Amino acid sequence: MAYAAGVDVGSTQTKAIIVNENEEIVSRALVDTGANVVQAAENAFREVLISGDVREEEVEFVVGTGYGRYRVTFGNTQVTEISCHARGAIKMFPNTHTVIDMGGQDTKAIRVSPTGEVLDFCMNDKCAAGTGRFLGAASMALEIPLDNLGPTALLAEKPVRISTTCTVFAESEVLSWLGKGKKIEDILLGVHQSIASRSVGLLRRVGIEEEITFTGGVAKNVGMIKALEDNLEMKLNVSPDSHYMGALGAALFALDHIISKRAPLTA
Amino acid sequence: MSYVTGIDVGSTYTKAVILDENNEMVGRGMTNTSFKLEEAARRAYQLALEQAGLQEADIAYIVATGFGRHQIPFRDVNVTDLTASSFGASFLYPNTSTILDVGGQTMKAIRLDGNQRVKSFRLNDKCAAGTGAFLEKTARYLGYSTEEIGTLAATSKTAVPISGVCAVFAESEVINHLSQGAAPADIMYGSIISLVDRSVQLMKRVRMEPEFTLIGGILRFSSMAKVVREQLNTEVNVPEGDLVQFTTALGAAILGQRRLKKLQEAKADQETIEDKSLAET
Repeated sequence: MAYAAGVDVGSTQTKAIIVNENEEIVSRALVDTGANVVQAAENAFREVLISGDVREEEVEFVVGTGYGRYRVTFGNTQVTEISCHARGAIKMFPNTHTVIDMGGQDTKAIRVSPTGEVLDFCMNDKCAAGTGRFLGAASMALEIPLDNLGPTALLAEKPVRISTTCTVFAESEVLSWLGKGKKIEDILLGVHQSIASRSVGLLRRVGIEEEITFTGGVAKNVGMIKALEDNLEMKLNVSPDSHYMGALGAALFALDHIISKRAPLTA
Repeated sequence: MSYVTGIDVGSTYTKAVILDENNEMVGRGMTNTSFKLEEAARRAYQLALEQAGLQEADIAYIVATGFGRHQIPFRDVNVTDLTASSFGASFLYPNTSTILDVGGQTMKAIRLDGNQRVKSFRLNDKCAAGTGAFLEKTARYLGYSTEEIGTLAATSKTAVPISGVCAVFAESEVINHLSQGAAPADIMYGSIISLVDRSVQLMKRVRMEPEFTLIGGILRFSSMAKVVREQLNTEVNVPEGDLVQFTTALGAAILGQRRLKKLQEAKADQETIEDKSLAET
């Protein structure tokens, strides 16, 4: 049995996936990226091998993706995270036409063809507003762990309207609302809505076509799912493996390579 | 003696200045703004009173300015910070034509009309990369406090280029430079240059003309003025010491003195009329 691997080196976390020849996920691994990107990629790869009980030589091809894809020193090639997220999303939800990928430091809107080809994309990479970092700032200011932000926001009754765009200023705005006696859950829902409205702005620029698949680390946040669905007035596809979508796409590209080499075209 | 107070409630610090009727500064006070604006204004006011050796009863008029000016119930009047800065800068440097004000969370470029009046202005308060918050964040990523920015940047030999696109993304940029062995001082200096680039862009949009007067809390770091001088290739006015931070409060107080004199004259006229009418009856 041959295996293919994808390693997605994100700004915050590094993800690795191994798939078998039937495009089935064999194992997953997730580590914090930290300052040493090369090390993070190696650690994720080692962990995904161990958890899948796969030997390194059984992995015939490795594709690196994410902002640190060129630091995946053991990778055979690199593919952009945009292509990988599109590929992963189509694999999980074959009717996907639009992908919204929300990560730690950037948000991307991607329009895909039924075959997983990227038709158009748009990203927020010049400014941290509307990215996962905005939630990080709120989490720090309110002293609530990141994982609890979404569930807490869902308890809100009257969301506060967050007026600042910049993530740096949002931190002080959050504190000032707290000082004015607003409830934490109402402030948090406001924060989620503010990010959602910026992301929907990105989506509009590529064109919104159902179905929409939500990927990236922030897709684990139930508050964000709700805020996006309310804003878009439609349901989103969210997989429990949403944050592995880039790594999965990379692994599938790796598998393509293995298969194309194995069956040479006979005219 | 008629004393007036100008209180400037800024995004980061609140400043108060007391002037006597000869426009001599007799007291100053400064405190963190935090979130209770009225309390901050009172604290700064009390500090200025203490320094001047005066009581609240000695103050005839209070002018509030800055973003929190509407939240000071004990003010007599409020003026925009643009107007107050223009009066303050023109009082210190009468030939001022362009003002650059760099504060903790805003950056403003003001062009004057030659009569100490605001002709045009541009401001940035939407993005931290164009304000003092950018330097504060960079300093924090480097492990330094805000107060150390000036001394740190002063020791730099060659600036490390910093893109300055986003104060949040600067963190990864700073970490990358540090891991490649860049000196914190050079990174700090690079951030100042990046902030000055943005300042010059803002000043261009108000069609800058000399003389330039630089004010605001960030100008207390002398490297900032030095880089502006280099980039504009001209001399610039910078109020001495911590006066850079008090220029707007000073301007508010000057407006206060002017207003108070008019009120007193009006009152005196009224009294003369009343005296006359009394004499006539």
